[in-house]
Amino acid sequence: MKTILVIGNGMVGYKFCEKFVAQEKYKDFKLIVFGEEPRVAYDRVHLSEFFENGDADKLTLAPRTWYEQNGIELHTNERVVAIQRNTKVITTRSGRVYSYDYLILATGSIPFVPPIKGVHKQGVFVYRTIEDLENTMQYASNIPNGKAAVLGGGLLGLEAAKAIKDMGLEPHVVEFAPRLMPRQLDEEGSKVLETKMSDMGISVHLNKATQQILGNGSIQGMAFSEGDPLELDMLIISAGIRPRDELAKACGLGLGERGGIVVDNTMRTSDPNIFAIGEVALYNQMIYGLVAPGYEMAQVAVDQILGKETLMAENIDMSTKLKLIGVDVASFGNPFTTEEEAHAIVFENKLQGLYKRINISKDGKKLLGGILVGDASDYNMLLQLQQNEMALPENPEDLILGARGGEGTAMGNVMDLPDDAVVCSCESVTKGGICCSVLQEGHETLKSVAEATKATTGCGGCKPMVSDLVTESLKSLGKTVKVRICEHFDFSRQELYDIVKMRDIQDYDELLDTVGHGDGCEICKPAVAAIFASVYNETANRQETIQDSNDRYLANIQRNGTYSVVPRVPGGEITPQQLMALGRIGMKYDLYTKITGGQRIDMFGAQLHELPLIWEELIKEGFESGHAYGKALRTVKSCVGSTWCRYGMDESVSFAIEIENRYKGIRSPHKMKGGVSGCIRECAEARCKDFGFIAVEGGWNVYVCGNGGANPKHAELLAEKVDKETAVRYVDRFLMFYIKTAPPLTRTAAWLEKLEGGITYLKNVVIHDSLNIAEELDAEMQSYADTYKCEWKEAVETPEIRARYSHFVNSDEKDDTIEFVPMRGQKMPKAWT
Amino acid sequence: MISELNTYEATKLEEVTIWFKAAEVSKFPKNGGACVKYKDKQIAVFNFTRKRVWYACQNLCPHKMEMVLSRGMIGVDGDDPKVACPLHKKTFSLKTGMNLNGDLNSIATYPVKIEKNFVYIGFSE
Ligand code: SRM
Ligand SMILES: Cc1cc2nc3c(=O)[nH]c(=O)nc-3n(C[C@H](O)[C@H](O)[C@H](O)COP(=O)(O)OP(=O)(O)OC[C@H]3O[C@@H](n4cnc5c(N)ncnc54)[C@H](O)[C@@H]3O)c2cc1C
Ligand code: SF4
Ligand code: FES
Repeated sequence: MKTILVIGNGMVGYKFCEKFVAQEKYKDFKLIVFGEEPRVAYDRVHLSEFFENGDADKLTLAPRTWYEQNGIELHTNERVVAIQRNTKVITTRSGRVYSYDYLILATGSIPFVPPIKGVHKQGVFVYRTIEDLENTMQYASNIPNGKAAVLGGGLLGLEAAKAIKDMGLEPHVVEFAPRLMPRQLDEEGSKVLETKMSDMGISVHLNKATQQILGNGSIQGMAFSEGDPLELDMLIISAGIRPRDELAKACGLGLGERGGIVVDNTMRTSDPNIFAIGEVALYNQMIYGLVAPGYEMAQVAVDQILGKETLMAENIDMSTKLKLIGVDVASFGNPFTTEEEAHAIVFENKLQGLYKRINISKDGKKLLGGILVGDASDYNMLLQLQQNEMALPENPEDLILGARGGEGTAMGNVMDLPDDAVVCSCESVTKGGICCSVLQEGHETLKSVAEATKATTGCGGCKPMVSDLVTESLKSLGKTVKVRICEHFDFSRQELYDIVKMRDIQDYDELLDTVGHGDGCEICKPAVAAIFASVYNETANRQETIQDSNDRYLANIQRNGTYSVVPRVPGGEITPQQLMALGRIGMKYDLYTKITGGQRIDMFGAQLHELPLIWEELIKEGFESGHAYGKALRTVKSCVGSTWCRYGMDESVSFAIEIENRYKGIRSPHKMKGGVSGCIRECAEARCKDFGFIAVEGGWNVYVCGNGGANPKHAELLAEKVDKETAVRYVDRFLMFYIKTAPPLTRTAAWLEKLEGGITYLKNVVIHDSLNIAEELDAEMQSYADTYKCEWKEAVETPEIRARYSHFVNSDEKDDTIEFVPMRGQKMPKAWT
Repeated sequence: MISELNTYEATKLEEVTIWFKAAEVSKFPKNGGACVKYKDKQIAVFNFTRKRVWYACQNLCPHKMEMVLSRGMIGVDGDDPKVACPLHKKTFSLKTGMNLNGDLNSIATYPVKIEKNFVYIGFSE
């Protein structure tokens, strides 16, 4: 049996062990690991999370028992102090001696502390180990509201700045270079990032050469070669790393000019029995301060010892994405091409804090690299395009602007990636590996694919892409990808709808007990609430705690926690009497009033306890709930129509009122809106609505599935020149079919887009009754119309419901933290800071 | 505003010196929350009926500093009980106070006990 000693139980040293025990032949070897730190290897990449939860165990890569179970001898808190190469033994700090056949140096690096005068004062820290963080936090707790800076505006420095902010200190970043993240960003990218940083309250000081750390014993500030000194109570140094090559140096291994143990592409040092991997290894004259290359080195060393011919890749990918700090920043490939090398396409939107740059080869065929600030959602796909030298779309600018018009995205489909494309670079998992684990090994969820392949378990940046690959692979197997509402129900909305109806389930808890798991969440509760509302036509008052924010109190919550009040004004027709009533009530309760985009009046700024009082008065004046808070019918807009308008073909207002009253109160997967225009001039914008009627010579044209909002879409023609009764019947069926089959929060337009067969299929169902369900749909819609009740009336008349409307349960006082400021003769909430 | 946040400090069971008698159990909705006034503080109290546990936390959402958490929806994230703010659905653990879907400051949580049909909240001052 041969002995392998691993010096260093950090991320890469651990990975070596993990990869080694995965080999069949590992039983022929004895593995002994030495770690200088008191704890077992932990996830340094996510070190900053320690600031949030103080939970060191969460970061552990594998517990001690894992080492035991795999026959690995682990000595923590045990530094190796000497290597004797001629006799192949090492000595530890406690004086123990071990001999080896192979030696793995995985000693990592330490933070570089520049030789600045005063740098050893109290209150100056580095950022590398859990102990560093503990010391920093301890110190910070003694300087409440103090000021702290990070020396170094690189990837790590910015992370540290965020940590300072989270500790409640005033954060500053001091950088020598003229820009932030100088290795990843160009000047414009850095400018956008600076703005983002200052929005987050982090002050950035560039072009600063630090001369001295000021203070008497403990730090009080920093002095620079130019400009005013910066007053400080604490400093974190993040100015780069230095490989821990002291052991190698002492035993005469080949080192680089500026440190680091020289290795070849087999990870061997100048002594063939000694390997160096991770941040201590100097490969291609570079130290790679990232885990992914370290993990690859670990694999190479494992394979080489076992006699396989795996070699380290020639080019190491240094693409990176900033994590955790609340700003998306990524750079990949070569971010800094010159004009001779490549065309750079740049998109910048200062207002939104966006900067995107992609470098395209001169022949327009390849993506060479790029920078993303503000929105890095396309990072994974761009990285793949670059790494695999994939064909680019006709207009490469679509890659950062998005395809404008037409279907699909410029990025193409994940399934177009070559099989050997590395999707998870931390764990070197390829697209082929992920698809294979789904197609051949039968893993069907992201979680089980992650467990099997380890993809996504490193930095996690590849998660969206891996998730897409799993979904697409499942689809290619003909498996419908299980659309589940959330972790508590393994069913789609349509399935749950049927379950509630068939099994006659009465409330949310019963449903959860019958077919769900756990205790629910803010995703399934409102979705299920909408199902109950649709199946039983019940109001939001019955199961109030599963309703979404607005439904729970039958009002739309506003910025400062007050509410708006929107009474129904069917068809937009309102009498002068009603207008005066609204005016009176608005004045009495000091409400801000505005005409909405839906032809009615919104009154804002009511406090929780005022809602029943206001509604009581509104109801007395003949108003009803406008359901502005619900996934329900909002408004049916109308134009004035043939009663007054010289072009009108029919009475659009009468029709709009009739139809609004027919559908009011019905709950649906998303809100529904209608419109009725008296002629094709279309003043009611009926073709932007979920359903619309337009009067034409000879009857009504019926349109469905239009949408304004975020993705505008014109409605499609469902039927032409039909009489009013037929028009209503068609829309009854259409809405009922939508209510029963659409996923939660899907408007009719988006639903139609996904409906196989599209509008033709829908016409068949609605007009030709191809599914033989028309009768059922008609009856269900009629029963809605027959059982409508105004839920606000119900609320004000029922003492138990009314009691919900008080800010405190133990006091009649109102919430005195709400502040308003005047605006144009009315009031508005005090702005958020 | 930050000073407002600092008025809420998480209290552990062993630190409780005052049990504040808040209101009768029946005043709180099942599987939902309500707000309790204690001195100048607003405390959100949740009756997690399904789990048979009560939770209390500050009513102030650290996202936009609004007094709204008691009106949020409760649920679980794995086993962790949580509340979702009604304004932008930021979620917080009702056990640890941690922000579960972002990196906002944690909220302060307080012990709750039920005695003779009354809800008590534990404070250390
Ligand atoms: C008040 C109003 C703006 C105004 O002052 O005019 C408004 C206000 C809100 N709209 Fe709207 N929308 C209003 C007309 C519209 C219109 C115009 C229309 O209906 O003709 C549209 C585009 C048409 C459409 O929906 O297709 C519109 C498209 C949206 C959308 C995007 C929907 C989409 O499919 O993309 C949202 C977001 C959502 O629902 O998810 C939205 C969401 C909202 C919310 C509910 C956001 C929220 O959750 O707080 C706002 C609530 C304000 C409140 O408290 O009352 N609002 N909203 C209008 C109320 C109409 C009414 O009388 O009920
Ligand atoms: C805050 C932070 C954030 C980071 N974020 C990212 C990121 O987002 N992406 C990324 O790719 N990388 C990131 N990194 C870098 C990443 O953590 C390192 O690349 C990785 O940890 C290197 O692994 P290593 O095993 O080579 O070194 P280390 O993890 O440092 O492990 C070396 C270990 O060897 C021990 N040791 C040294 N000498 C001896 C001795 N003589 N005897 C016994 N033990 C010894 C050390 O104590 C240490 O425990 C981050 C680093 C930090 C500090
Ligand atoms: S457009 Fe946006 S801001 Fe304006 S009311 Fe609608 S949701 Fe609110
Ligand atoms: S105010 Fe609570 S989530 Fe925004």
